[in-house]
Amino acid sequence: MSEGKTLIVGSSPQIRDADTTAGIMWHVSIALIPAGIWGVYLFGLRSLLVILISIAAAAAAEYGIARMLKRQTLADGSAVLTGLLIGYNMPPLVPLYIPVAASFFAIAVVKWAFGGLGANWMNPALAGRAFVFFSWTTGMNAWQMPRTWAGIDGASSATPLGTVQTGLFDVAGEGGTALSYLESISYAASGWGSSLADWFSGTVGLNVSAHTADLFIGAVPGSIGEVSALLLILGGVYLLYKRIITWEIPVSFLVSFALLIWIFEGTLFSRGLFSGSVGFHLFSGGLILGAIFMATDMVTSPVTGRGMIIYGIGAGFLTFLIRLYGSLPEGVSLAIILMNIFVPIIDRYVQPKPYGFKKQKTGRNAA
Amino acid sequence: MLQQRTFRRGGIHPPDKKRLTSRQPITACANPPTAVIPFSQHLGAPANPLISKGDVVMAGQKIGESSGFISAHIHTPVGGEVKEITSIFIPAGFSVPAAVIAVDEESAFQEEPRSAQELDSLTPEEMHSRVQEAGVAGMGGAAFPAHVKFKIPKGKHAEYLIINGVECEPYLNADNRLMLEHAEELLIGTEWIRRMTGAGRVVIGIEANKPEALAVMREACGRLGFPFTLTKLKVQYPQGDEKQLIEAVTGREVPSGGLPIDIGAVVSNVGTTFAVYEALAKGKPLFERVVTVSGEAIKQPMNLRTAVGTPFRQLIEQAGGFSEEPMKIVAGGPMMGFAVYDLDTPVMKGTSGILALTKKQVNDAVQTACISCGRCVRACPMGLQPTRLYHLIDYGRYEDAKASYLLDCKECGCCSYSCPAKIHLVQGMRLGKRMLRNVSS
Repeated sequence: MSEGKTLIVGSSPQIRDADTTAGIMWHVSIALIPAGIWGVYLFGLRSLLVILISIAAAAAAEYGIARMLKRQTLADGSAVLTGLLIGYNMPPLVPLYIPVAASFFAIAVVKWAFGGLGANWMNPALAGRAFVFFSWTTGMNAWQMPRTWAGIDGASSATPLGTVQTGLFDVAGEGGTALSYLESISYAASGWGSSLADWFSGTVGLNVSAHTADLFIGAVPGSIGEVSALLLILGGVYLLYKRIITWEIPVSFLVSFALLIWIFEGTLFSRGLFSGSVGFHLFSGGLILGAIFMATDMVTSPVTGRGMIIYGIGAGFLTFLIRLYGSLPEGVSLAIILMNIFVPIIDRYVQPKPYGFKKQKTGRNAA
Repeated sequence: MLQQRTFRRGGIHPPDKKRLTSRQPITACANPPTAVIPFSQHLGAPANPLISKGDVVMAGQKIGESSGFISAHIHTPVGGEVKEITSIFIPAGFSVPAAVIAVDEESAFQEEPRSAQELDSLTPEEMHSRVQEAGVAGMGGAAFPAHVKFKIPKGKHAEYLIINGVECEPYLNADNRLMLEHAEELLIGTEWIRRMTGAGRVVIGIEANKPEALAVMREACGRLGFPFTLTKLKVQYPQGDEKQLIEAVTGREVPSGGLPIDIGAVVSNVGTTFAVYEALAKGKPLFERVVTVSGEAIKQPMNLRTAVGTPFRQLIEQAGGFSEEPMKIVAGGPMMGFAVYDLDTPVMKGTSGILALTKKQVNDAVQTACISCGRCVRACPMGLQPTRLYHLIDYGRYEDAKASYLLDCKECGCCSYSCPAKIHLVQGMRLGKRMLRNVSS
């Protein structure tokens, strides 16, 4: 029978959703693009080179290893996404061999040594970043003045978070805040941040520091792709809308972190409990990038909603610990990596309750 | 507007594609020159053939005798000469005995309308035996013998009778059209099933994407004065699965390994209810059904009243043939139906649809690695973890899979549908269950 030749048979279901793994990876990459464009605008074309080199190194590593194993995996998009995230996590003036080493480590050691996509237990991009962060400390602190500060005198090029961390030893016991410290050393604020802050105090009647406003729009020094909280949040909204990620991890991560900061951060400045600078910490450093784009990495996060919430709270708690009490200014990537270790345990103990195991009687008192 | 009811766990939203045939009235499909009637069209033991080669049969004659507690009689919709008793493959992948009948167009089934008095005087037991005699099997797909379902076991009590008008499988409109065109008969059939089961409350569940059917049924229910509740259910697959429907309507869960009656519920599909009506009111055995012929590769999608034993080819031709090359021909709905490779496959009691799907709908792609996205876990209406089960089965750890509730999987397809890596999760579950059966037997 001629028409029979082309018919496909197979197990039900006979139709599948159009989403694919590669589609997910590309959607995440697309959601990251606005923040990247902003970073390149702030720090110049060299930062674009950093991003492109990170991607190229990750793709080359993926291609080479897959080829050795006689497989073809570049098209699944995961290596490009890893490279992109590594690029976003680099300071703008980083020597170019660093992102290459990070990408290679991420793909070869963190991902393929465990069996490739889906088998790695640690987020490759974050592990790559951690690897180079501890290997080349100076190179990984090559911050650059953002374009928005042009013409401002006394501009420092250290990140706000790093500045506060270093300065803490001077201000401890003075009853100030992270923001008042930045004011006191005349840490630069961009014109945009100042006018946004003015608008807030004028129109909304809310007192917002120009520095917080700067952090929110991303007019501060920092890693290339992490600076603009606003654009990263927009990317996150896109991913939620496309149902690529779910709300559990970002929300539990950010909310638990914000709560802990609000409760305890003031104690560093001898102000007592419940007086932390939530806005400053929420929009500083890599928190938004980490909570929306890195902690949500599907391979290295729990599969159940409840598990995701536990994981997010754990990451928020560890970020808080490292940021406030550790010696490093930033703790997001280490917090996420540490929580990656707990994922198998979370998935083991947090399992959905199946249908049909509810204790119930026949009759009236059921329902 | 009342809030739409639904089940608690999982569920997916595939494109419903109902519009292709929702406004096509039920029309008759021509009888084929040769009918092939399988002796197993239901769940359970095949019927024993009562005819042999060379016999001449009449339309409506019983040709297969139920052969066990869970089994059903088989009747022929056509008269003619029995050419042979052979063995054919049915879509589910089994080989079953079947009668090949050269159709005599002159032979037609004579209905025997029963008077209202006679029907009212029937005891539940008499109704049971008539339903059993008519060979009624569930027409939602699984084809569970209806008389077994409606016989309430000793010590159990049917609190709810739920009529399943959900039809949650995409494309299908067989039940929708029955509700639109035969609302009164359905309600009368419902009342008879209520009498058979002694159910206290009757709920008719209809998915929100069939507002016309809901309105027509509600109007007819008011006109006939039945105290039935009509419930609008959220459009969400698998809303029409017995377990999810019971949960949505009553808030109760059928215990694992148990039956709906364990929590006081009996569920009957709309098509089955119509078959019960025809069996009791007209003495008509179940030998024909409404089949939705649809899919993007069908020229004129339609709903056809079709004799059991009619080859798929005949229905597809009646629907204008293929408009483009199909990639899959599916018996039943796209989520739980079977892909067939042979257009001579006959329509059976459980064949709710024949779909010709194109490449775009099938969306088959190369399987990639599981990235633990958790979509299958979120989609599973049974609250299982398909990805975990799949891995356990993949490693041959069948007992561990069983401990992770493998046997509660009913293969609804939500996991496979939603998997972005295109992993054949349902197939994995089937393999796991098969291996468990082999080990224990």
